[in-house]
Amino acid sequence: MDDFLAARSQMALSLGFHIIFSCIGMVMPFFMAVSHYKWLKTNDEVYKNLTKAWSKGVAIFFATGAVSGTMLSFELGLLWPKFMEHAGPIFGMPFSLEGTAFFIEAIALGFFLYGWDKLNKWFHWFTGMVVGVSGLASGILVVAANSWMNSPAGFDFVNGQYLHVDPIQAMFNKAWFSQALHMCLAAFTATGFAVAGVHALMILRNQNKHFHLQAFKIAAVFACIGALLQPLSGDISAKDVAKRQPAKLAAMEALYKTEKPAPLLIGGIVNEKDQTVKGAIKIPGALSFLAHGDFKAEVKGLDQIPKDQQPPVAVTHYAFQIMVGIGTLLALISLVYFIHLIRKKALLEKRWLLKLFVLAIPLGYVALEAGWIVTEVGRQPWIIYGIMRTKDAVTPMPGIAYSFYIFSAIYFSLSVIVTFLLYRQIKMVPVLYNNPISETPNH
Amino acid sequence: MEYVVITFLCLGILLYFLLGGADFGAGIIELFTSTKNRSRTRKTMYQAIGPVWEANHMWLIIAIVILFVGFPHIYTTMSVYLHIPLLIMLIGIIARGTAFVFRHYDAIKDDMQWLYNRIFRYSSFITPLFLGIIAGSVISGHIDTEANDFLSAYIWSWLNWFSVSVGLFTVALCGFLAAIYLIGETEDVHDQRRFIQKAEYMNIAAVIFGAMVFIAAQLDKIPLMDWVFKNPVGLTAIILASLSLVLLWYLLIKGKTQILRVLAGFQVTMILVAISYAHFPNFIRLKNGDAISLFETIGPQKTIYSLGLALLLGSILILPFLGYLFYKFKKKEE
Repeated sequence: MDDFLAARSQMALSLGFHIIFSCIGMVMPFFMAVSHYKWLKTNDEVYKNLTKAWSKGVAIFFATGAVSGTMLSFELGLLWPKFMEHAGPIFGMPFSLEGTAFFIEAIALGFFLYGWDKLNKWFHWFTGMVVGVSGLASGILVVAANSWMNSPAGFDFVNGQYLHVDPIQAMFNKAWFSQALHMCLAAFTATGFAVAGVHALMILRNQNKHFHLQAFKIAAVFACIGALLQPLSGDISAKDVAKRQPAKLAAMEALYKTEKPAPLLIGGIVNEKDQTVKGAIKIPGALSFLAHGDFKAEVKGLDQIPKDQQPPVAVTHYAFQIMVGIGTLLALISLVYFIHLIRKKALLEKRWLLKLFVLAIPLGYVALEAGWIVTEVGRQPWIIYGIMRTKDAVTPMPGIAYSFYIFSAIYFSLSVIVTFLLYRQIKMVPVLYNNPISETPNH
Repeated sequence: MEYVVITFLCLGILLYFLLGGADFGAGIIELFTSTKNRSRTRKTMYQAIGPVWEANHMWLIIAIVILFVGFPHIYTTMSVYLHIPLLIMLIGIIARGTAFVFRHYDAIKDDMQWLYNRIFRYSSFITPLFLGIIAGSVISGHIDTEANDFLSAYIWSWLNWFSVSVGLFTVALCGFLAAIYLIGETEDVHDQRRFIQKAEYMNIAAVIFGAMVFIAAQLDKIPLMDWVFKNPVGLTAIILASLSLVLLWYLLIKGKTQILRVLAGFQVTMILVAISYAHFPNFIRLKNGDAISLFETIGPQKTIYSLGLALLLGSILILPFLGYLFYKFKKKEE
């Protein structure tokens, strides 16, 4: 494996791993806060148990997310030193704020996890909310840093020099809002569906039905609202990408030739050599509409992009199809769920609906990862779009392949252990939470 | 504003060394505790560092963010030439952080605990060892930016007697900090006596490894003696550190835990000051005799200004909250 490919793979792996954990860490606290609020208001023991059960999950995910995030802050330099040398002072602002947000999150989590029966109950609830809000803020800030790579701002690039640096302008670059919005909704949707699905599975298995039903309801509402709003945010993103990064949009849609009006391709097999797409469903004019709000508008194809500035088409296209496909499916499930809620149908009798949620457990995260592949692979060959190429940023140190293998092994084992721990937590629910009297005090 | 940023950088490094160091030390103490006492040590340790342990490790993130935003040249030089020790340290951080949480949050306590404990103990040793190696390498003058071969660019930069001695010295200091800290965390007289004993052993280890650092510095022609003994600040700091050591041993016998903690923290701070003050603001010493200075490689003005502002605002939010966390969970329960 050559060093450049190894560095890219290691970065992709680390980000892909971290994203899942940080999403759970930033969304679950909100589920907990709802359940915690209900416990304080209704005094129904099941909500207290649920909050505690979830908080253990959060502790596991937060710790894993924290160390994989620490890893990333070093990895940026270990793998891409030339990028960091120039980009650090420009796009570092969100990172320095994120440090604060993350710090607050860690402190609040300490209060929350260890504060049962030790703190004023509403202050305790408040610390749980702080975990969620600062986690969300961290997420938005990190995405703002990433969006700068797609939409560089806040400096003048003159003869290879980065002059007149303005970190605030860099942070509020053109892409930050659309990317951050899309990511936050994705985090809520993916985590919501995963959590709701796990509890749906336990309901289907007739275990602690009351407990799991309450859990399901809280998670499902967040998931479904997220899934229904996501297409709107996707539309904002698509129009933004069309304007700023036509090469990425062309790769997403495998649009080799500039067309007016341009059709939307659904599915299809990309042949990068012949520059053709086989077997795709074509919807005439739809891409023009999605990209520019006009069925007749021209959409730039890859033929207008110099060959050495084109991103890999097949990967970007497939990832985009997966993301949109799953997103649509999840939005449909959400619609069905809300119709049931409005008609006040008993959920427990709708086993097929619960089964749909079980099916959706991994789907949200698959879509989320696919979305990041679109963003990151679609930006190639640039690390700073239009300014610096990824291959020029890579570390001079040889042998990166070995570090890639080591980290693959580490992340693989961590995923296995975390899954195993969650399985055990869920398995112990009947023992820990069936009889409130037998429950051990504190964690 | 650059002074604000540099102050925060030093503060971040110092606090990570003290708080994170005590954290690592707790694992080191566990490593050197006989099997029959381990579960007791573990319990005391969990009560002691459980609520604050995530916060303790945030200081590293603060320091690293300041480095890459404000001093990118220093950050990237370290990233390139100290790639391997940084990587090992990171693996240690990952292994340690996850093992600590996993062993507590595994709903079923069975043989898996054995695995978590093993990982936790060894990574508690390896992480500060490499942290020390990195710190030693930065000032050792072994980093060679003109090297042409793999070994001198990426291996000898950190694999040398001086760096390794500093690494071992760091491990001993972490163990010492943790032992002192843990004495005050237990009511049990037997446990207290065990921790006092551990503190003594770690102190002796620190003195031995400290001597090793000086010998290695002499052999490697690193002007450590000059930094410490020929500079008034360095000399004062080392005298204060030695005096506090005497006082510390006295108090150890008397069992005054709160003052002990402050004193141990003070002592380690003085050691850091003694080693680093004389060549401040130089941060990295290079093989060809040049040095990378904090002031000369500082980032663009607007960046430093907003970074300093962010740090000041951040500390207004963080410090009271953090103080309350320590207060709430660290005050003695009646």
